[in-house]
Amino acid sequence: MRETQLLKDHFREARIFRHRVVVAAVLLIGLMGILVARFHNLQVVHHDGYVTQSDRNRVHVQVIPPTRGLIYDRNGVLLAENVPSYTLSIIKERVENLDKTIGVLKDLLPISDDDLEKFNKSIRQRRRPFEAVPLRYRLQEDEIARIAVNEYRLAGVEVEAQLVRHYPQGELFAHSIGYVGRINDRELAAFSPEQYERYSGIHITGKIGLEKYYEDILLGTAGHQNVETNARGQVLRVLDRSDPIPGANLTLHIDSKLQRATYDAFEGQRGAAVVIDTQTGGVLAMVSTPSFDPNLFVTGISFKDYRGLNNSLDLPLFNRALQAQYPPGSTVKPMLGLAGLHNGIIDSEYAIRDPGYYQLQGDERVHRDWKPRGHGNHVNLKLAIAQSCDTYFWDLAFRTGIDRMHNFGTQFGLGRRTGVDVPSERSGIWPSRTWKREARGLAWYPGDSLNMGLGQGFVLATPIQLALMTSTIANRGELKKPLLVNTIDGTALEPESHNESKVLPEHWDTIFDAMEAVVHGGGTAKIIRKGTKYQLAGKTGTAQVVAIKQGEKYDSEALAERHRDHALFVAFAPVVNPRLATAVLVENGEKSSKAAKIARKVLDQWLLNEKGRYVAAAPPISPRASVGGEG
Amino acid sequence: MAGRDFLRRMPEASRELRRPRSVWQKLHIDLPLLILLLMLTAYGLLVLYSASGQEVHYIKRQGIFFLLAYGVMFTVAQIQLHVFQRWAPWFYLAGVGLLLLVMFFGIGAKGAQRWLNLGGFRFQPSEVLKLAVPILLASYLSSRILPPRFTHVFITLVLITVPTLLIMDQPDLGTSILIATSGIIVLFMAGLRWRYILGAFSLLLAGAWPMWHFVLRDYQRQRVLTMFNPEADKLGAGWNIIQSKTAIGSGGVSGKGWLQGTQSQLDFLPESHTDFIIAVLAEEFGLMGVLLLMGLYLLVIARGLMIALYAQDTFGKLLASAITITFFVYVFVNIGMVTGLLPVVGVPLPLVSLGGTSIVTLMAGFGILMAIGTERRRVTR
Repeated sequence: MRETQLLKDHFREARIFRHRVVVAAVLLIGLMGILVARFHNLQVVHHDGYVTQSDRNRVHVQVIPPTRGLIYDRNGVLLAENVPSYTLSIIKERVENLDKTIGVLKDLLPISDDDLEKFNKSIRQRRRPFEAVPLRYRLQEDEIARIAVNEYRLAGVEVEAQLVRHYPQGELFAHSIGYVGRINDRELAAFSPEQYERYSGIHITGKIGLEKYYEDILLGTAGHQNVETNARGQVLRVLDRSDPIPGANLTLHIDSKLQRATYDAFEGQRGAAVVIDTQTGGVLAMVSTPSFDPNLFVTGISFKDYRGLNNSLDLPLFNRALQAQYPPGSTVKPMLGLAGLHNGIIDSEYAIRDPGYYQLQGDERVHRDWKPRGHGNHVNLKLAIAQSCDTYFWDLAFRTGIDRMHNFGTQFGLGRRTGVDVPSERSGIWPSRTWKREARGLAWYPGDSLNMGLGQGFVLATPIQLALMTSTIANRGELKKPLLVNTIDGTALEPESHNESKVLPEHWDTIFDAMEAVVHGGGTAKIIRKGTKYQLAGKTGTAQVVAIKQGEKYDSEALAERHRDHALFVAFAPVVNPRLATAVLVENGEKSSKAAKIARKVLDQWLLNEKGRYVAAAPPISPRASVGGEG
Repeated sequence: MAGRDFLRRMPEASRELRRPRSVWQKLHIDLPLLILLLMLTAYGLLVLYSASGQEVHYIKRQGIFFLLAYGVMFTVAQIQLHVFQRWAPWFYLAGVGLLLLVMFFGIGAKGAQRWLNLGGFRFQPSEVLKLAVPILLASYLSSRILPPRFTHVFITLVLITVPTLLIMDQPDLGTSILIATSGIIVLFMAGLRWRYILGAFSLLLAGAWPMWHFVLRDYQRQRVLTMFNPEADKLGAGWNIIQSKTAIGSGGVSGKGWLQGTQSQLDFLPESHTDFIIAVLAEEFGLMGVLLLMGLYLLVIARGLMIALYAQDTFGKLLASAITITFFVYVFVNIGMVTGLLPVVGVPLPLVSLGGTSIVTLMAGFGILMAIGTERRRVTR
């Protein structure tokens, strides 16, 4: 036995131990009390706060995107619809390893670098956590099946059926209806707080055309649902729901058959045409060629496709009908003739002797008529318009003067936007003294007036402006704002029109007569007279692309194709009680007859029936459109 | 002489001594403790079923471990106390040896190297020391004059420090703290003088700074920082604490109902079937359920301290009290960490959390407690 054990005092040790047990018990009870107090604090004192937090954990608000409004033509033909499409989306928060997941996906279905690049961009743009970011659109059946089989190793990957915008007519309406596309950084940055709220859960917005102009109306209002999710974000049940309100449907004045006929009439030539219903101001057709397939843009165009379109010399993305500003050339002559009549500078009998050139007094420059030996010794207004006599209009322009020409032309919509319901329209130039001083810092010279008399020099106009000018002539001065949309969800848009001109009826008759002679009286467009079933009034024009130097003869052979003159033709028909007006431009068409032939086809399409007979009444409006009119 | 004093001072004990030994005593089973443990086990399985996402597979696994653990407990209860005392040094040395083996041949998970692979069976040597340390220290100190002198205290501290550092190095902060604590509890119960205790506290406070900078690993520091401000890193380190507090708080007084806890059933609560299981209990059974659990724990601890008080010799007293109080420390550290009072160190909630060998160790401890409580009475040594 060891000494320590011999000396042990069991009594003392038991006493010390009992003492320590009491101390320990007190400590234990105290610590247990702290724990109970903690539970009381969490479960009773702060209970409500934690209940809220727990609900916020499990309850998520989901946005139910609204169905975008549909777009119909005047006959109820669908021009923009929403078709179901399967989209592969990724919710980043639920993915363990994004690179690995994408690697697995790449083995299952083709994912291009383009898709990835766009996906990475969208990931950075997310506005809330747990937002699904699309990676691939338009999945095929077999691709969906492969994803379903491999679901277990694809946490956070979702295949959703989404409604995707589709344009069944493809390139036919690319410029007028436009397209929708993903909201980009710039658009996002420009959002107001209300828009930001409104677009939550919505990834697309109208980019150009009607889709952009009527974005607010087409969009609709998103619905919401509260869903219970687990920590991985899987939806377990829907708690409550407010339904989305679909966007309004648009019915257009546009007639898709006329649009098709117009587009086809170009036969691949570059150019633009606008057809206006003179009675309503409605735009029946609006074509810009070449065009492109707007469906490419809906789910994000590939960089290769975009580069192809953007770098093309033919500028397919450019909406020539509204954005291309060309010198209108001789197409402004009827309007300027009217200005002369109205201001008493000429009358219908007034005639000049045309030597084939015009020279201002005290000016060395000789202005040469397009017809080297002139149009004869007795050129009155009708002949001058029919044959597009330059000498007559130099004389007239000089005598009318810039101020009167400017004021009169403005009443026909020149030099300002027409206000058509397609965005990005340009205003053209219908010059004035003030304009020249501000834009060029120079005074107005008489030579400028001569150029203006031929629709050249500073003058620029878009095809839709020329169509509007022609329509305003056909309506004897009443300017009706051109619109593509007729009704919004059945409610007709209020037409806008005003008539400032106080031109006497006989002056209108003179101009109508002269424009009729352009086609039917052996004028510059006599080539399209053959076989006409109705009388039409028109005016040809050519617009120089390259200025001709003094004394140099115009030799189109020598010029590159793209340096040839633009061919122009404006027309309305029938001459009595006109029903439609059109402006046609063929880029580098050289001969205005090329534009005139297109215009003839366009007018025939609208005014003749299938058997080629003239129909007096307008084509019947579809049931859809008429129901809409009453609603 | 000493025996008579003892009889005089403890009349209940003398009654006990005179009473004929019951069947339970002959079987070396402490009936009140057994009933309490069974109640806790049942309660724990109920909560585990909910916490594991209603997976029967987990319940089966846990049930099998409990069966094994109860078997071990009954076996250990049959061992006579002096056997523990005799084998204590070897038990301790074997544990430390195994720890060294882990250092070189161990396998691990999540950056820690804690297990030995014994032919398909994974074994965590630190479990051995959970019992070896208090047994050895109780044996060592009970054979010295109490309260212990400075030399003995020093030797005790060395005996505690060696396995503690080895386990901390794995790294397994939770277990090393618990093992160190079990040793210090023996020292305290042996009557460690208050001046030593106060001195140690002062040293501890002075040593906190170097400890923070040189001993704790990055993730351990992170845990401590997270505890003080869990909101700073909502989706990262703070997630566990935020979610467990949310689960507990949203449970309220009466709870959301069994299997109805949204935090746990919808997987917001991480580690819900292991370390954070009390959050599931608190969410589904509310404060009532928590109080029931704490009540059961307190009764187990009370019974354990009673066994310690009535133990016949100092070895039994020290060992019984160390096992009991260590059990409390488990409970306190786990609940403290889940409720955000203590940093998150990996300590399971005894008898409730899903466990393997740790359950067996725990029940072996209760087996020792029963052995102490049902020891045949000897009046003198």
